[in-house]
Amino acid sequence: MQATQGAVNLWPLIGVAVIIAGFILRQNPVMVVIIAAVVTGLTAAMPIDKILISLGTGFVKTRNLPLILLLPLGVIGLLERYGLKEQAQRIIAKIKSATAGRLLMVYLFVRELTAGLGLVSLGGHPQMVRPLIAPMAEGATENRYGSIPDQLLYKIRAMAAATDNVGLFFGEDIFVAFGAIVLMQTILRGYSIEVNPLHMALWGIPTAISAFTIHAFRLRRLDVEIERELGFQKTAETVVTEAFTGEKA
Amino acid sequence: MSSTILPLNYFFILLGLTLSVISIMSFRDQGNPRRIATGSFWALYAVVFLIGDLLLPLVAGIIVVAMALIAGLGGVSLGKYSQFTAEERHESAVKLGNRLLYPALIIPFTTMIGSVVFQKTKIGGMFLLDQKNFTLVSLGIGCILALIVACRFTGSTPVQAMREARRLIDSMGWAVVLPHMLAVLGLLFMDAGVGKAVANITTTYIPMDFKLVAVAVFCLGMTIFTMIMGNAFAAFPVMAGGVGVPILMGVFHGNPAIVAAIGMFSGYCGTLMTPMAANFNIVPAALLDLPDKNGVIKVQIMTALPLLVVNIALMYFLMNAF
Repeated sequence: MQATQGAVNLWPLIGVAVIIAGFILRQNPVMVVIIAAVVTGLTAAMPIDKILISLGTGFVKTRNLPLILLLPLGVIGLLERYGLKEQAQRIIAKIKSATAGRLLMVYLFVRELTAGLGLVSLGGHPQMVRPLIAPMAEGATENRYGSIPDQLLYKIRAMAAATDNVGLFFGEDIFVAFGAIVLMQTILRGYSIEVNPLHMALWGIPTAISAFTIHAFRLRRLDVEIERELGFQKTAETVVTEAFTGEKA
Repeated sequence: MSSTILPLNYFFILLGLTLSVISIMSFRDQGNPRRIATGSFWALYAVVFLIGDLLLPLVAGIIVVAMALIAGLGGVSLGKYSQFTAEERHESAVKLGNRLLYPALIIPFTTMIGSVVFQKTKIGGMFLLDQKNFTLVSLGIGCILALIVACRFTGSTPVQAMREARRLIDSMGWAVVLPHMLAVLGLLFMDAGVGKAVANITTTYIPMDFKLVAVAVFCLGMTIFTMIMGNAFAAFPVMAGGVGVPILMGVFHGNPAIVAAIGMFSGYCGTLMTPMAANFNIVPAALLDLPDKNGVIKVQIMTALPLLVVNIALMYFLMNAF
């Protein structure tokens, strides 16, 4: 550590080490974060009351973060009570060609495209994934193969959440007015480099297409995995339909 | 703030009141083995939303630590909730049909219409929506509209909605406050100079005389830094200042738009792989009742890593071609 220029204090990295250790040792994340915060503050020579003050200020200042998660819970919970998930599964049951992978591919496409047009709120985990997308992906699998073993069920749900994230992240950055683009423009301006926001949005497109391709391929693999694990318990009805249409999953 | 008809504060108060009710329900729930701790946790959180602006920062800091202690010692626990059976839910789904779907869709569509169409709407010289938070305010209005429609269709009440909110919020437990606390930690990391330390290590110890090495250091640095901070926005200024501007743009004359855009996307690959981005990775795992809180991250790794390689290749081949 002493080999570097003396100006930079490397001690605050201990806070990062605390985080990594905490997550590896599977301690409660909230506790880990608070300990890391206190350690980081101490290594930067902040007195304990100043650390508390900065924790408190930051906590109140970031109250808008959980809002998007918590506000929809009441109405989503109410609709779940009256059978929203069951209805989502009834709808998907009418589409005979639906599989978990194909359904999520369609969602990935729509999510990435709408995010690219700046419509980032047309999705999200509490509003879309939990009540609609995940139950539909489960439902599509159940319709084909009957009951799903827990491990596979969890994987399908995790993939539903992952699909929302991938679509959002790699879609929104090709929208010109998105915060990331404004941020990059401001930072580069600080170094007297002028960049047209439109060019940054355009040069995001190759990655956006790659993200879609890679994740869509993984969704196809999910279908293959489901077929491999559950193919033997396919319901008689599905076999007849497939023989009739000549379609293979 | 005062020139807004619907400031974000209204929704903080609405959420604060909801959390107060949830807290009282938790205190009274005999089916919850840790009902006092659980009730206190939500009560403290309610205080932050109701009077957060008025609290002394030191008091708010003590509240944060108290909440962390309750959560860390396993104090936030599940209660007892009266739910319909699977058959009853199925019957209800058959009876109500798509009327169950419409309220759920009202939320995203109101959010979209509010933030796109009514963003700049003024009534009597005042902006309708909070100008800094028009999306969140639109979301809040969407939730209220959806609740009204849902109560009409199902014949249920807002009180029942609060009970359901408690069921869902309890199932997420401490994960609810994690994004919040991580954002605070991110701010503290910046104040303490963690960014500078990381940039210093990457630029001091790795020789960047070759273009491919420099590109890889920049992209990997964005990924790793984002994994540590939980946010690509925090990583970009540091990595741009350490490697992007002086080396990729300065020494190798890379196109700034390409370096910046693909660099930011490399950061997003990091977001997919870190528990620090709790609202995208840990909260959904809780929302979907996954037993493994890292379940979402685990399936995302195999999308993120190949994409990172693609990003390095794209930047290497494109940055001097245009």
